[in-house]
Amino acid sequence: MANPPQSSPGSATIGTDTDAFLFGVRTASRSVFAFVIVFTYIGFGALCHDYGLSVGWAMLSTALQWAGPAQVVLVTGLGPGTVLIETAVAVALSSVRFVPIVVALIPLVKREGTRPLQLVLPVHFMAVSVWVEAVRHAPHMPREHRIPFCNGLGTTLLTLGVVATAVGYYMQSLLPALFGAAAMFITPISFLTSTARNARLLLDKAALALGLLIGPALALNQVQFDLLWTGVIGGTLAYGIHRVHRARSAARVQP
Amino acid sequence: MTVELHSYLILILVGFLPSEVWRWLGIALGRGLDEQSEIILWVRAVATALIAAVVARIVFIPPGALAGVPLSVRVVALAVGFFAFLFIRRSAFAGVVVGEAALVFGAMMFGG
Repeated sequence: MANPPQSSPGSATIGTDTDAFLFGVRTASRSVFAFVIVFTYIGFGALCHDYGLSVGWAMLSTALQWAGPAQVVLVTGLGPGTVLIETAVAVALSSVRFVPIVVALIPLVKREGTRPLQLVLPVHFMAVSVWVEAVRHAPHMPREHRIPFCNGLGTTLLTLGVVATAVGYYMQSLLPALFGAAAMFITPISFLTSTARNARLLLDKAALALGLLIGPALALNQVQFDLLWTGVIGGTLAYGIHRVHRARSAARVQP
Repeated sequence: MTVELHSYLILILVGFLPSEVWRWLGIALGRGLDEQSEIILWVRAVATALIAAVVARIVFIPPGALAGVPLSVRVVALAVGFFAFLFIRRSAFAGVVVGEAALVFGAMMFGG
């Protein structure tokens, strides 16, 4: 336990759903992702301005898609002569990560008798940013508070994203030349450091390292569905390493 | 007006739905699983490897403006940010700020 969650003591005091929601709001505003989302979406707003889209469209894209890389793929894939179905496929392929992060989240937040429709809104908020904070804090709070907590996190970060999109749209001409590149770079650097921070088990560390190795190997060789394959191959290998490690530790404990 | 309407229709059909279906699929697949089950460990590993793949893809095959920054600068900035994270109290914020500073500095020194 090299890295205990920093703000879990606060979760002990929450009582009602509203308190849990507000704890989510506070957690989001103190998260590195508040900064990351604002930076990312100022860049996205400016990009939409460059491509001649309206500010309303840009903001709605953030609210509805809520997936930074997919939004960039959509905007840059809307030029004249592009085939819309190809852009739709590219958008879908860039967002495959939502499947495992949502699958990993649901058992953490669902209660007896939670209907699928009740999960549609909290799951819409799920992006790497919200997921990282949710899996970091939710296990330390009572189960009935986890969905309102996630909603508080998601509402806060998504609202920040929508506002930053408008700000970036109108600030486009004021931004320095390197801003666009820096705004796109904040996605990988924040995904890497926040996932590494959450990686306490060998399982997570191995998955992170394997993803960083296998990902570029497949992408640079233009393997189709490179993200999906990297996830499945890297994740399965990491799980295998975890099983071997666990079996060995168990053998050592039992003489 | 029709152009505007058309662009919103594209946003829904080409932007929103192709992303959102994955979230809905996640609900369908995750509902029956137990928090403590083995398969959840595997799913978490797949999620982590996939996020790492997104990191690597943006650095090696960057979109738009980031492509103007040389590959070596992007890779070094990612590494510098990661080491800053490791050595500055495992703070993700420190890693992000130092990594960004390295990217901007590198782009200014070696062409951006």
